[in-house]
Amino acid sequence: MTARRPYKRPMPGWWRKNPYFVEYVVHEATACFVAAYALVFLAGLLCLVQGEEAWAAWLAVLRSPWSIVAHLVMLVAMGYHSYTWFKIMPKTLPPVVVRGQRLSPGAITGGGLFAALAASLLVLGLAWGVLQ
Amino acid sequence: MSEQEKIIEIEVLRYRPEQDEKPVPQVFKVPFTDDMSVLQGIQYIKDWLDGTLSYRWSCRMAICGSCGMMVDGVPKLACKTFLRDYYPNRVRIEALAHFPIERDLVIVADDFIEKLQRIKPWIIPKEARTLEQGEYIQTPAELDVYEQFSSCINCMLCYAACPQYGLNDKFLGPGIIALLHRYNADSRDGAEAERMQEIHGHEGVFNCTAVGYCSEVCPKGVDPANAVNVNKTKVAQDYFLRFIRPKAKGDCE
Repeated sequence: MTARRPYKRPMPGWWRKNPYFVEYVVHEATACFVAAYALVFLAGLLCLVQGEEAWAAWLAVLRSPWSIVAHLVMLVAMGYHSYTWFKIMPKTLPPVVVRGQRLSPGAITGGGLFAALAASLLVLGLAWGVLQ
Repeated sequence: MSEQEKIIEIEVLRYRPEQDEKPVPQVFKVPFTDDMSVLQGIQYIKDWLDGTLSYRWSCRMAICGSCGMMVDGVPKLACKTFLRDYYPNRVRIEALAHFPIERDLVIVADDFIEKLQRIKPWIIPKEARTLEQGEYIQTPAELDVYEQFSSCINCMLCYAACPQYGLNDKFLGPGIIALLHRYNADSRDGAEAERMQEIHGHEGVFNCTAVGYCSEVCPKGVDPANAVNVNKTKVAQDYFLRFIRPKAKGDCE
């Protein structure tokens, strides 16, 4: 008979025990807000297809205080999601070699954040242009 | 108070299967100097306070990969971690997370060893060469592709950092996939198709959810998360390309 009795430790609440895991779980959770934002846009598109009245109703919903608060929450969540997304990006890419030099993780993260910011400003600029 | 008289409390998670139903903490008061590693603290306990304490160690210089353990909940090599960084607080030591505990700080590593063999962690030459034909030539650029992955010392810290492995130990895991990538990415190797079989499917690369902590804790600067995620793309390519190219040996079905 063997005296061995290996003990497998349970993992309740594992993600709360390490700040790195907390960040990971929050990052994953903020993806729900990204999805929610996409649904808001999809609803807008469906309203647009249905006609002027539906479109006006959608715009009215967007202007309600609840909607503005929800959008601010989604903006913060998306900001955090983007930041943590680009932070992990260097770990997900094959080596990027520019002029014989491997791109540093900082450059990849910085590049991603810059691209996200530039794209956001471009969309904002276009929307502003349309509204004027 | 002279430096020699500093005392640190080391809390060790003990597990003696013949007497403990489950692991229990035990606190030891250990005198230490600023140059003492956590491993030396444990050795002091073994030599002077409790000879029944079990742990693995060998080289004392971060190359054998034996003394991995959780230090204040973080996977560390005990020989590369210093008591002075925890003093005056109590330092908590526990066997590597996500592995079954055999006894005290010793884990059961059978699963890791079995997986290590499975991926054939050696060079399987693309073309057989005789001694007369000379060595296999490799350029610095070809070396650069895999070099960091060859620094792995099989210490298993990345497994203790991977919640996905903890939740499902069928997952091949970060270190093994990093080693698999090390050989696949070697220009002299020709066994990629064979090894890729191991990382297709759910228990291969796609069990990874890009937590990334494995790369943070690696004591040798290896980036296992990168090896895993680069191979996700490769596996996806293999999956879709099989529809348009003729069947080759080792393709996934």
